[in-house]
Amino acid sequence: MTEAIARLGRFGIDSVRHLGRASLLLVQVLASMGEVLRRPRLLLEQLFSVGVLTVLIIAVSGLFVGMVLSLQGYYILSQFAAEATLGVMVAASLVRELGPVVTALLFAGRAGSALTAEIGLMKATEQLSGLEMMAVNPVRRVLTPRFLAGFISMPLLAALFSALGVLGGWFVGVGLLGVDDGAWWGQMQARIDWNEDLMNGVIKSLVFGFTCVWIAIFQGYNSVPTSAGVSGATTRTVVHSSLAVLALDFALTALMFD
Amino acid sequence: MSRRESKSTEASRQRAVQLSAGGQNDAPGQGTASLVRIRDLYFSRGERKIFSGLNIEIPRGRITAIMGPSGTGKTTLLKLIGGQLRPDQGTVEVDGLDVHQLNMKELYRLRMRMGMLFQSGALLTDLNVFENVAFPLREHTRLNEALLRKLVLLKLEAVGLRGARKLMPSELSGGMARRVALARAIALDPMMIMYDEPFTGQDPISMGVLVKLIRQLNDAAGLTSIVVSHDVEETSAIADLLYVISDGRVVESGDPRSLRESGSEWTRQFMHGLPDGPVPFHYPAPPLQADLFGEPA
Amino acid sequence: MKHVKQTEILVGVFMAIGLLALFFLAMKVSNLGTINTGESYRVTARFDNIGSLKAKAPVTMAGVEIGRVVGIGFDKERFQAVVDMDVYANYDQIPEDTYAKILTAGLLGEQYIGLDPGGSDVVLKDGSEIEITQSALVLEEIIGQFIFSKAQGGEK
Repeated sequence: MTEAIARLGRFGIDSVRHLGRASLLLVQVLASMGEVLRRPRLLLEQLFSVGVLTVLIIAVSGLFVGMVLSLQGYYILSQFAAEATLGVMVAASLVRELGPVVTALLFAGRAGSALTAEIGLMKATEQLSGLEMMAVNPVRRVLTPRFLAGFISMPLLAALFSALGVLGGWFVGVGLLGVDDGAWWGQMQARIDWNEDLMNGVIKSLVFGFTCVWIAIFQGYNSVPTSAGVSGATTRTVVHSSLAVLALDFALTALMFD
Repeated sequence: MSRRESKSTEASRQRAVQLSAGGQNDAPGQGTASLVRIRDLYFSRGERKIFSGLNIEIPRGRITAIMGPSGTGKTTLLKLIGGQLRPDQGTVEVDGLDVHQLNMKELYRLRMRMGMLFQSGALLTDLNVFENVAFPLREHTRLNEALLRKLVLLKLEAVGLRGARKLMPSELSGGMARRVALARAIALDPMMIMYDEPFTGQDPISMGVLVKLIRQLNDAAGLTSIVVSHDVEETSAIADLLYVISDGRVVESGDPRSLRESGSEWTRQFMHGLPDGPVPFHYPAPPLQADLFGEPA
Repeated sequence: MKHVKQTEILVGVFMAIGLLALFFLAMKVSNLGTINTGESYRVTARFDNIGSLKAKAPVTMAGVEIGRVVGIGFDKERFQAVVDMDVYANYDQIPEDTYAKILTAGLLGEQYIGLDPGGSDVVLKDGSEIEITQSALVLEEIIGQFIFSKAQGGEK
């Protein structure tokens, strides 16, 4: 019994300590932001590995999610003879929820884990230590460009996901199931508000992007420099990011669309 | 080439004077014979005490070796000198500056004048050999591409790897990686280089190459070298001064020959690699008989 | 250097695709593209019942969107709904005796205003009122009427 309570206490203390360390790291990262913006080359390299390499999985997933949404939506809506609103349903689900959330989950799995593993291995092979001894601040040189690249990439990837989802849904709904093309786009445009729906989706993906890269670089930077440590950190990145994204999504949705 | 190197060392000396004049420490950096001075150092990791009252002086322009069995915190000592770790007590002075009193900016400026060779080389794996050596120059100077290329090639020539400049770190053998790392460490013409276990896991040939390089760099460029190692043979072959540490303090110091003939039993065991002696063969345990036939603990 | 160039291009393409997707969402999926910032003229119409018509609902003629509902008011004296709509300026040849009705897109869809052109030579201009209107179909009323007529039919 006492052991259980002690364990709970230890867990609490550990969590607070981790949060504290993560916050300190975030402050350092944000403080060195100006430096990185003055050296766009560093950012460019990271945009490549964080953004460009994630495009394919996002594009394919977006397309299929949109197609499935359209297919499922059609069977339900056709029971009410409301197929004309299929476009609205597909677009609203994508722009408001699925775009930002699924992109963030895929991002955590594809880019976040890679970031953690890369930084963790750099730590394990003393590369970060080596940078410090070369009088190069590893936070500024290694972490900040990655953070910024993730933050920039996420909304673009989410937009790509949603856009391809709408096109995939259009292909199934209009192309295969025979929903009227004019109704598809017209109803969609009438019901999706650029400010209320689209911008809120973009804000969501900015928040998710921030959270995901923050977790990824912290787990990498804080990992135990052994192979087991790095693999554990990589797993934690994916798990923590996914949970954080889902919890944040609920909170943000409650705030935005009350 | 040696003229150019000595010239740039001269420049780095002048920088050193400016730095120590601007530093908060009042001890003039140039006048003293010791470049690094460690006084009464205490450091522990969690429960484990690593150093308790360590005193070391490292003279300028010579090769000083710090030796001791594995796990005596030799790498930790280098990290303390480089300001990556903070001692519980005691001071580390480098060139008259108290490393742990410096602010971030001053510490980074000091580190630019220190080179460190990590055991693994610590090369940046996503850059090729050339870019690895060019890295500190790109970070800290605004040299144009042509001059930078010349400098890098000269550094690579010094370690004999000019021809390997296009290779990636994963294509290098352990000894070559260490040589590239050495070229990188001297890229900014530092006043001192710290070698962390430079001979571990090297075949006899690359060991010989490294011994020659360390000696050569030290003498040609007027560097101060600190070698941390447990390889008695090679280390005593190049060191001018040896410190033997154990249990968190210096056991004995002196030039290699005097240590070899040391009266201390411990030092003798270490220097000659005897399996048993003051450092017992057995990890502390109850008597074997009691363990085998007595009550299980 | 060639490698760097390639990275640059790919990152550029990535950014372009992302921004293009965002632009597509804004213009084609959301209403940003249909918010007409150009010239338009204001026309009003009175309805006995507007159902669930809302501001920003489209105003169409022959299925083509030619304007937007901008405001819905209430006439306290005549107990009617007053709907203000902006008709885009390039549709300036709409006869005065045009017939406005409130329609529903699909059974459960959005309600919008459909205009059927009349035959007059006089055209609508800023401030005109559409005189002939038809209210929204309210489902309960239709069902009510249906049951009522059935009941009457049964008595005969």
